[in-house]
Amino acid sequence: MGEGAEGRENLLYGPEPDVAGAAGYPDAPPRMGFFTDTSVCIGCKACEVACKEWNAVPEDGLLLTGMSYDNTQGLGADTWRHVAFIEQRKPLAGQEPGVAHEDVDVFAAASRLGTGAASPGPGATAPPPDRAPEGAPAGEISPLSPDGRTELRWLMASDVCKHCTHAACLDVCPTGSLFRTEFGTVVVQEDICNGCGYCVPACPYGVIDQRKDDGRVWKCTLCYDRLGVGMEPACAKSCPTDSIQFGPLEELRERAQARVAQLHAAGVTDARLYGESPEDGVGGDGAFFLLLDEPEVYGLPPDPVVTTRDLPDMWRHAALAAVSLVALAAGSFVRRPR
Amino acid sequence: MSESEVTRDGVRHARPDREAPTGVHAGRRRRRRGRGEQPMVPDAEFSSYYGKPVLNKPTWKPLDIAGYLYLGGLAGASSLLAAGAGATGRPALGRTAKLGAAGAITLSLAALVHDLGRPARFLNMLRVFKPTSPMSVGSWILSGYAPLTLAAAATDVTGRYRLVGSAATAGAAVLGPAVATYTAVLLSDTAVPSWHEGYRQLPFVFAGSAATSAAGLALLAAPAAQAGPARRMAALGAVLELGSFQVMKRRMGLTAEPFEQGRPHRLLRAAEALTAGGAALAVLSARVRDRRPAAAAGAALLAGSAALRFGVFHAGVASAEDPRYTVVPQRERLRAREC
Ligand code: SF4
Ligand code: SF4
Repeated sequence: MGEGAEGRENLLYGPEPDVAGAAGYPDAPPRMGFFTDTSVCIGCKACEVACKEWNAVPEDGLLLTGMSYDNTQGLGADTWRHVAFIEQRKPLAGQEPGVAHEDVDVFAAASRLGTGAASPGPGATAPPPDRAPEGAPAGEISPLSPDGRTELRWLMASDVCKHCTHAACLDVCPTGSLFRTEFGTVVVQEDICNGCGYCVPACPYGVIDQRKDDGRVWKCTLCYDRLGVGMEPACAKSCPTDSIQFGPLEELRERAQARVAQLHAAGVTDARLYGESPEDGVGGDGAFFLLLDEPEVYGLPPDPVVTTRDLPDMWRHAALAAVSLVALAAGSFVRRPR
Repeated sequence: MSESEVTRDGVRHARPDREAPTGVHAGRRRRRRGRGEQPMVPDAEFSSYYGKPVLNKPTWKPLDIAGYLYLGGLAGASSLLAAGAGATGRPALGRTAKLGAAGAITLSLAALVHDLGRPARFLNMLRVFKPTSPMSVGSWILSGYAPLTLAAAATDVTGRYRLVGSAATAGAAVLGPAVATYTAVLLSDTAVPSWHEGYRQLPFVFAGSAATSAAGLALLAAPAAQAGPARRMAALGAVLELGSFQVMKRRMGLTAEPFEQGRPHRLLRAAEALTAGGAALAVLSARVRDRRPAAAAGAALLAGSAALRFGVFHAGVASAEDPRYTVVPQRERLRAREC
């Protein structure tokens, strides 16, 4: 497996350019998705709030974790967007450690915005590569600043259901409650779900979960109701930095490639796409990410595979085992010759 | 700091955590191992998000779902015993097995329904037939199998409609092996590392375990004169169950570790002892007049099979709760693909 180009072994695995079509929609609209560019996320959690408000998602536990600014902790039945906070002793490329800002007149600086090379104006998030400070290579701890502090980088990322091309949750659902929409997204029909809970351990990303008092499972719908009337999902709408971008998946993939190239050119060599490739273990995510570190640092699995890839093989082994059981029983009734 | 003691675990009383630089240790964890256990694979460093699990752990209640797996196995293999007993003229063994199958499958269905978040919507299981969902396939198998076992038991007890009874017994024996082994696919078809990685051997483990439990019930309840097949089934089943389990653990690598730790470990050790001991006692019981050794063997086999299902269940949950079992094998897979 792996080198995807070998093609698909079965309908449950491999690239699938037309998910909605494969699910039985003859003239489906283009597949819609999210591109979450975590390099511009400021951790404001507007997406978490907007999601809760629009979808009337109940409270998910008011507690302080003490581990970071993240008191949400992870995705679940009552958390459909989750902003992860990771503190690292590592600079972003291009950051200058220990710069003091006391002597900067922000109003004067603002009035000069976009007028010179020193203030490139809105849209430029990183200085050009040649201006990266000495001794601050990406991936290493930066030198001490004059007052003895070290540099810190904060990674923030808004996680969400990946709306997988091959969604394990959907594959294993026995009631047909989980279904593929015409936009290629994966949605639970709450009037059908009987709370069997099978989708919960099937999801390789730990997204979907059961609401205890309600018994049914819940997750991101990619705002199916809003999509239906041509609106963008609530989280993307509310994101002030456009870290969450919504659009046709094809377009988002192009945009993401360009953004990675831009970041690499700026010296942010850590930048990488996650879940973007249709060759990966779930056939590519409908909601994919630009990350600045390994996926597992953000609580994402590094190489997720849809469990149903192996299902035909599982049935084969179970059939063999069933035959063995019959043989074993038959053997038990055979009289040993005396 | 003058009082600090240097121990094998590092400097004590020096409060090193306070001085720990941000991010260096965050999210990295090493695991202590159980006493005296030999590591199967070397300890691997890995990153995680503050040690939080990657997966959402199964919401299934252990008693319901492990019980469901166990009772399904007991019923399925009992149906085979019932058919064999019918064919070889062992009516008492047949009646025990038929009643056992009917009772076990009824209880197992009750456990399944009880575990649903919305039990009233149980029939939604039969709303569609989905080969990609082992639970859907299982529901359909059960909806055919359960009535057959009930008919087989009812006709046997009442002594009426014997022809219908034999047909039902035969039908139940055809579906029984599927009932006993599909539950392995049910567990394996998830992202839970310790359930998924063993998918090749788990059906054989469950088949063996089903055989030992059905044999156990027959040894407990059927007269010794007709229990010969049950004794042999106990021995063969124990070999299949314990043998496949060993092979499975060896092939699973790191994800076999949860089977060797904590509660799953204790359950599985008990299962091994009860199954092996029960099977040995069952074979020996053929030589004595006394019924008690056979009954004890039967009880041990029943308990051993139950302990196995609970052990496998809890090991899976433990593997989902620890990001190590999700991240490390996936990292290794990526590394292997790169070179
Ligand atoms: S991320 Fe999980 S819940 Fe979302 S579509 Fe994929 S398998 Fe389903
Ligand atoms: S809990 Fe609901 S959505 Fe999930 S698999 Fe069961 S029926 Fe389907």
